[in-house]
Amino acid sequence: MTDKTMTPEEVVGRLGSGMTLGIGGWGSRRKPMALVRALLRSGITDLTVVSYGGPDVGLLAAAGRIRRLVAPFATLDSIALEPHFRAARESGALTLTEYDEAMFMWGLHAAANRLPFMPVRAGLGSDVMRVNPELRTVTSPYGDGEEFVAVPALRLDAALVHLNRADRLGNAQYLGPDPYFDDLFCEAADDAYVSCEQLVETAELAKSGPPQSLLVSRHSVTGVVETPNGAHFTSCAPDYDRDEAFQKLYATTPWPEFAARFLAGGSEHDYQTAIRTWHEEQK
Amino acid sequence: MTAATAATAATRAEYCVIACAEAWRGNGEVLASPMGLIPSFGARLAKRTFSPDLLLTDGEALLVGLDGTPEGWLPYRRHLTMVTGGRRHVMMGASQIDRYGNQNISCIGDWERPTRQLLGVRGAPVNTLNNPVSYWVPRHSPRVFVERVDMVSGVGYDRAEAAGVTRFHRLPRVVSDLGVFDFTGPDHTMRLVSLHPGVTVEQVRAATGFELVVADEVPYTREPGAEELRLIREVIDPRGLRDREVRV
Repeated sequence: MTDKTMTPEEVVGRLGSGMTLGIGGWGSRRKPMALVRALLRSGITDLTVVSYGGPDVGLLAAAGRIRRLVAPFATLDSIALEPHFRAARESGALTLTEYDEAMFMWGLHAAANRLPFMPVRAGLGSDVMRVNPELRTVTSPYGDGEEFVAVPALRLDAALVHLNRADRLGNAQYLGPDPYFDDLFCEAADDAYVSCEQLVETAELAKSGPPQSLLVSRHSVTGVVETPNGAHFTSCAPDYDRDEAFQKLYATTPWPEFAARFLAGGSEHDYQTAIRTWHEEQK
Repeated sequence: MTAATAATAATRAEYCVIACAEAWRGNGEVLASPMGLIPSFGARLAKRTFSPDLLLTDGEALLVGLDGTPEGWLPYRRHLTMVTGGRRHVMMGASQIDRYGNQNISCIGDWERPTRQLLGVRGAPVNTLNNPVSYWVPRHSPRVFVERVDMVSGVGYDRAEAAGVTRFHRLPRVVSDLGVFDFTGPDHTMRLVSLHPGVTVEQVRAATGFELVVADEVPYTREPGAEELRLIREVIDPRGLRDREVRV
């Protein structure tokens, strides 16, 4: 069977400017940050990013890589407002397609099921309909005749997700309490790339957690990357919590200064070394 | 009122906790989803006293009892099912709210180029069309209670009626640091239900950017019982965090 292991650079080498990228996780939780950092080191730009947004959106927006963002929010959780997303919106630097959280989920479901849309009781009466005038409605063909929003499929050129464990074939496991929507992102995408805290033998997966923790299956995965601490500074329970001190630094440091110190290196290894050095300095 | 409670009269923050708790009275076996400190104290007080069947979350992915014992799994995708299934009553925040209960948490100013980008609409559109939605505003001001919100995130009564989506639409109440409000005014407009003790009608009018429906005689928000005050002070919020959210 196919060994799908790759480096972050190999993943990014398969992506291109102008693509629609789905990014898993939620807010500042289990984001595939090592893959996002690899994107930042590349020249890839003009992206449409589809995300329950956190610092993935903030970093890519600050670096000017996002043309259009499809999202119901962007937040750092413990810091309510994502500063770089805010700045990008307030300066008009990115186009937003604003969806409600449920509309967004059903858009992913539609894409994963190869449907053009899903009906949703959400959006009607709100200004989501005003700011996304391309949204259509659909009437129930049954006796109730209720009108719904027809959320178009959120089909992705590629998805990036981060899980706790994976094998070389692309089977991946979450060990935290919430799967978020990572399996849906993978199934909604033409290609999906899974980074993980630890690459293990397939037989090890069943020993780490119950069968229902095997969230992502290999048929929906193109590449697997082992990136320990790869969700930093977002949380990756139970392997580690959010790095609150570093997140605060991210949220309060001018972007050029932050990028120069932590993102200018040529590899994920350089980033991890830079954050270790920073933490040493704080002691 | 007993001598013990009279000696330590309820604070404004405690009236707010009581008013928030009352939002979940008689709701039965639904998820109480409080956003913010005072609403979460209110939900806990309601569950400890008059609404014991309420479900609570740990704010992550579990349904938990009052002592934190897990009793169920509630990751985001199942939480969304609870919303659309209607078995939830959320108390959300509001950066802006109008007389019909249209709420905004997305952005201030023109949506195309906002002066202040906030959270985004989050789940407000789906919440308001599917399960009861109440609101909590810790600082009642004309900047929050506005004539017209900049981006309708949560759907108010006029918009729900115009869009024909009233089937499961219900906004039971708004609680602020000044009083309690509902939408039983003409055409489902906001009405002053009760004033927190120490607040006047004039004060509320001055802090509201639209004309409120006010009856000739407005009652005060009910007094907490001695046991309720004890629960708030000794069990639910022994560190007094409530006084940081509402300062009077």
